Amino acid sequence: METLWFAIVALMLAIYVVLDGFDFGTGIVYLFVARTDAERRTVLQAIEPVWDGNEVWLIAGGGLLFMAFPRVYAAGFSGFYLALMLVLWLLILRGISLPLRSHLANPLWRTFWDWVFAGASLLLAIVLGAALGNLIRGVPLNAEGYFFAALWTDFLPGPAPGILDWYTVLMGLEGAALLTVHGANYLAMKTEGPVRDRARCVAALGQWTVAALTLASLLALPLVQPGLRSNYDAHPIGYGLLLLALGSLAGLFYWRRKQRDGASFLASSLLILGLLGSTAWGLYPNLLISTVHPTHSLTVSNAAASHEGLQWALGWFLAGFSLVLAYSVYVYRCFRGKIVLSEDERPGA
Amino acid sequence: MASALLYDRLQFAFTATFHYLFPQLTMGLALLIVYLKSRALWTGDDHYRRVARFWIKIFAISFAFGVVTGIPLEFQFGTNWARFSNYAGGVIGQTLGMEGLFAFFLESSFLGILLFGEEKLGPRVHWVASVMLFLGSWLSGWLIIATNAWMQHPVAYRVAEDGTLHVTSLSGLFTNDWLLRQYPHNMAASVATGAFVMAAVGAYYRLSGIHDLYARTFLRTGLVAAALASFLLLFPTGHEAGKQVFTYQPATGAAFEGVFHNEKGAGMVLVGQPNMETLTIDNAITVPWVLSILVYQRAKAEVRGLDTFPRDTWPDNVPLLYYAYHIMIGLGTIFVAVTGVALLWLWRGKLFDCPWLLWVLMLSAPLPYIATTAGWMTAELGRQPWLVYGLLRTAEGASPLVSSGNALFTLIGFMGLYTLLGLLFLFLIFDTINKGPAASPQPRPAAGDR
Repeated sequence: METLWFAIVALMLAIYVVLDGFDFGTGIVYLFVARTDAERRTVLQAIEPVWDGNEVWLIAGGGLLFMAFPRVYAAGFSGFYLALMLVLWLLILRGISLPLRSHLANPLWRTFWDWVFAGASLLLAIVLGAALGNLIRGVPLNAEGYFFAALWTDFLPGPAPGILDWYTVLMGLEGAALLTVHGANYLAMKTEGPVRDRARCVAALGQWTVAALTLASLLALPLVQPGLRSNYDAHPIGYGLLLLALGSLAGLFYWRRKQRDGASFLASSLLILGLLGSTAWGLYPNLLISTVHPTHSLTVSNAAASHEGLQWALGWFLAGFSLVLAYSVYVYRCFRGKIVLSEDERPGA
Repeated sequence: MASALLYDRLQFAFTATFHYLFPQLTMGLALLIVYLKSRALWTGDDHYRRVARFWIKIFAISFAFGVVTGIPLEFQFGTNWARFSNYAGGVIGQTLGMEGLFAFFLESSFLGILLFGEEKLGPRVHWVASVMLFLGSWLSGWLIIATNAWMQHPVAYRVAEDGTLHVTSLSGLFTNDWLLRQYPHNMAASVATGAFVMAAVGAYYRLSGIHDLYARTFLRTGLVAAALASFLLLFPTGHEAGKQVFTYQPATGAAFEGVFHNEKGAGMVLVGQPNMETLTIDNAITVPWVLSILVYQRAKAEVRGLDTFPRDTWPDNVPLLYYAYHIMIGLGTIFVAVTGVALLWLWRGKLFDCPWLLWVLMLSAPLPYIATTAGWMTAELGRQPWLVYGLLRTAEGASPLVSSGNALFTLIGFMGLYTLLGLLFLFLIFDTINKGPAASPQPRPAAGDR
């Protein structure tokens, strides 16, 4: 039951990264691929009806983590205090920049909020990558199960690391590159004309960065967290997830050459799922690894809520999750297809 | 660490209070929008479609601000209240987890359809979307109040060997007496906020001589809903919510009313200042027997005084609690009076040409916000010194390793950012109100006011 909940929470967060990832990515490439106001509104239309729902996956994933593993929620959120507050403020600024931007036609006003939107998106993508890096590397959990991570210490992933060290910075860059390509693929799929051409160009250049950084982070892994391999040695089937990731990476290059935008977007989605899935495979049964002492690590067995609580929650989760899938599919179907501005939207606001 | 606790408390109080300015409007408007959409659908009247569209825009602005200020609240359970999360997560994780999965997805999915899908999907789907949005926002309220009710009056839990709490029955969480009494009271307050704002916008249009057709609809709809909600706020919901405090948190009840010593035939203090030195109410104006009657239905019944409880179980800020409670009650009474008079004038056909009453209605818009804030201060200060009533003290719930400097830094950060948010919100809202319903054709993605 605890293992199942580990998988559920990981799945919720992975879906979050795929979905909110494409609108973060859209934000990153936004200033570059969309130059005129009409182009920018086209790009925003592509994410506007869905980004709010995408963000709910984070809140729902966080809520389920709280329910299933309260100790991890308590330790992780208080330990990453400074980083999380930064995330909150960025999410707030990013969230309000869209309604504010479209409210006034003043070009300075719009440019200002465009930069807020793009900047917050880029920083959030870096933070997501760095967060994953922190989970892999581990945190200085004490015997009671708490820690407080400084923003940085000596930039080395030792026993007393900061939130930023060379490895998590690498992962942050990987996150930014991957979501950039992911967002560019989404836009290429959803738009036409010059916006699509520029998005394709970003995706084509970005995929080389993604390949290089993925390779680098995989090579760095044994230096930072050699323990991650043990699950793979014990259950080699986990290599399937890693193969999925590498296969998707190959697919990314292949379909981009063919300029198949939909397939490329699928490939970048699967790449994200594959990378997160293989990380989760390696981390299990740990949720938070202690860099101080292995026995301080929080695992599915010492951090879970009661068995019957998890059992009841599974009941409502399955019902709720089916509903969520139904709404999401419905909403994405409603707003499917390429974005074309209607005539009355072309001039001004 | 003592000052860290203070900053943790202030930060949660500030961010929660600021956040709740937005959902109280959206939950109230959600119900009114369902009414407006239903009326438009049944009669095919284009006027009501435009009215509904206008309020959906107001809803969307408030909703967006509610979402971005709501995320920090869920996060702060972990960031600032880690020991509490660890202690109680086995219970309240259930209700908070459900909120994300059942309520937030419902709201965000159907708000997208409500805002951007009217032309594409037709009036029936659009009506369904408004109902789903209403269900989602009221369900979210239900699950949050279930969480708060459990903190006020813990039920359906057991203590594990490591001292943390685990849920023993989901149905127990949802039949918590406190939840069943607080939820109707809170939702009536939300409807009051939405309805007062609607009536105030109508009064503003009428007084300015703009958007006249809409002014009348806003005033009529808003006023009837505000009158109903105001009445329900006092009775039965407010009465029941007050009685349960005397049942489950008797020391809190005594502090609400400023009853420092046992009193037979206790009166209700209308005005007066609690004096914590002498443990009396200074300059009190009291109506005899009323409190005994309200709580025990007997004029001579004895109300237990605060001094019969150990001092370390008193709410830690009695005067603030007393004032918050009295502001809530006072404003609730004013709401009934104002809406009563205005309804009478509406019925006599004189409201639309009665400037002084329109002024009163227009200026009343902030009052439900103040009353609701005071109401939540009443509930939350009343629970002190407990975080989980009778089980966990607030001082024991904070994160162990978050230093006071960090907590103060983020508190100031939130204050700065939220000041900016508040200004931007007012700008968006006033601008939208000034443009009026006629100026908003089909809201469009990226060009609409989302």
